[in-house]
Amino acid sequence: MTSSAPAIGRPLARADVRARAGLADPAYRALLTLFAVGVFAVLALIVWECARGAAPSLAAFGWRFLVSADWDPVAEKFGALPYLYGTLVTSAMAMLLAVPPCIGAAVFLAELAPRGFGAVASFLVELLASITSIVFGVWGLFVLAPWLRVVIEPWLIAHLGFLPLFRGFPFGLGFLNAGIVLAIMIAPTIVSISREILLATSRTLREASLALGATRAESLAVTLDAARPGILGAMILALGRALGETMAVTMVIGNTNRISASLLGSGATMASVIANEFTEATSKLHLAALIELALVLFAVTVVLNAAARLLVRWTTGGRRDVAGAA
Amino acid sequence: MKPRAGWMSLATQTRPPSVAPARGESAPPPPAPAASAPGAPPVAEAPDAISVRDFSLFYGAHPALKHIGFDVPAHSVTAIIGPSGCGKSTLLRSFNRMNDLIAGVRTEGEVRVAGLDVRSADVVELRRRVGMVFQRPNPFPKSIFDNVAFGLRLLGIRDRAELEARVEQSLLRAALWNEVRDRLNRSALQLSGGQQQRLCIARCLAVEPEVILMDEPASALDPTATARIEELVLDLKRAYTIVVVTHNMQQAARISDRTAFLLDGELIEIDETPRLFTSPSRKLTEDYITGRFG
Repeated sequence: MTSSAPAIGRPLARADVRARAGLADPAYRALLTLFAVGVFAVLALIVWECARGAAPSLAAFGWRFLVSADWDPVAEKFGALPYLYGTLVTSAMAMLLAVPPCIGAAVFLAELAPRGFGAVASFLVELLASITSIVFGVWGLFVLAPWLRVVIEPWLIAHLGFLPLFRGFPFGLGFLNAGIVLAIMIAPTIVSISREILLATSRTLREASLALGATRAESLAVTLDAARPGILGAMILALGRALGETMAVTMVIGNTNRISASLLGSGATMASVIANEFTEATSKLHLAALIELALVLFAVTVVLNAAARLLVRWTTGGRRDVAGAA
Repeated sequence: MKPRAGWMSLATQTRPPSVAPARGESAPPPPAPAASAPGAPPVAEAPDAISVRDFSLFYGAHPALKHIGFDVPAHSVTAIIGPSGCGKSTLLRSFNRMNDLIAGVRTEGEVRVAGLDVRSADVVELRRRVGMVFQRPNPFPKSIFDNVAFGLRLLGIRDRAELEARVEQSLLRAALWNEVRDRLNRSALQLSGGQQQRLCIARCLAVEPEVILMDEPASALDPTATARIEELVLDLKRAYTIVVVTHNMQQAARISDRTAFLLDGELIEIDETPRLFTSPSRKLTEDYITGRFG
């Protein structure tokens, strides 16, 4: 109470407000705009740098880079097709393996599990997301691979070997191993986001449907229908992680530049090739080809994301009513 | 009250095979069939749509409703008023067992609604005969048509012509038809708040309930939309028995025939609305309606 007494009696002038707002608002606005523009700037810089670094390869191979299966650093010939194939196959397999059980788990945790159990289980699932990828890689290499080699793959070959998907020799390393490891890695994303979406959607709609005489199963169908855009959003995020995952995949995929129709075969993804060869790329063209791989990976991510978003908009008729809708 | 529909028993619930025949617009429906309630004494005059006898509800050990007893005559509007937390929503939600959704709820006493013993009735059957309108409009993120048809489809009605007829009839009764007849396939979420609430009422009318429970149905709406809901309530009571929870005493006075005053889980007084508001018999009621507390 050492300050002077307030000037009571003087009417508060508009100028008092203006003087304060005059500087603060524009400054605040400029700061936030700067942050927002920063996001775009970083993105643009990444694309620009990749394009610049890839220029020699772009000039040498053009569109053939995408359709050629020839990757020969010694002969300085580079084609990305096997790696494009490996990336898409492992991601697709991961999504196929992860999505159905993860959505089931999210429904259980959000709707059916006793409250305490749901909270604990969700925490554990999210903990799974914080495990670094090298740990998953080591697990895939030393635990999953021997098991696949000795038990699963011989069984698949014996019983489903008439399908091209399951022909070949049981190596333990390859697309199957990478797909399983990726599925486990993306599971927490799908489960925890879908659960949040379901929790946000469910209460009012559940009451509405139950009050109309719906059974719990019918009520759940309403909730799931309403949560569909958000769950698709969770799947998009998971797919993004699967496409870009590097370390774990590199350890278990076998690292060959083959296009194997069989899931038991080995291969490589774009991310794994970059990780494997970047330090050893001595020629200018080799380095440029690797950077172009990064550019292609970026493009694939953008295209798949955009496609998924269009799918969400298409399936929901453009409505924007569910929290977390993509 | 133990929830009958545990998550293990998704498939075990039953529901009646078909909806009751549609009522005419003007003719009031027959009174609730007391004969279908085994053990009920034969009655000469129209039975009460709701009767509550020594009903108590506990959240764990905490009593939220204490020894409540009163009757709601058919084709009337009963308002439940009281300060926040007095248990009025809990009481309302006891009539269609929505409290089953809350873990650790236990009840004692007897509640009969639409001829059913609420505590032992099949909850799906009960909720078909007892409609509910919530505080916030909660249409499904579906088209206007599909919202109203939802309950009908649950009852197994697949015939398009019948669905269309019943949807139109329900929207007409909810005084919404003229506003939405040209856009039945648009999303219900594009409607205004007041329209959404009338849609929720139409959705509830579609399955031909006998009793309609309304939990502060206008508290999230602007005055114009509120007035329309109030008109609708007065109109609907010719065919339905309505119980409205409200914290708005003017609203209770405008729309209800009888008013119940609840305080701390106890029913302080229930009487004809004009009498309760002009000459309450209890001092607590008088203090509340004159604004001395609450």
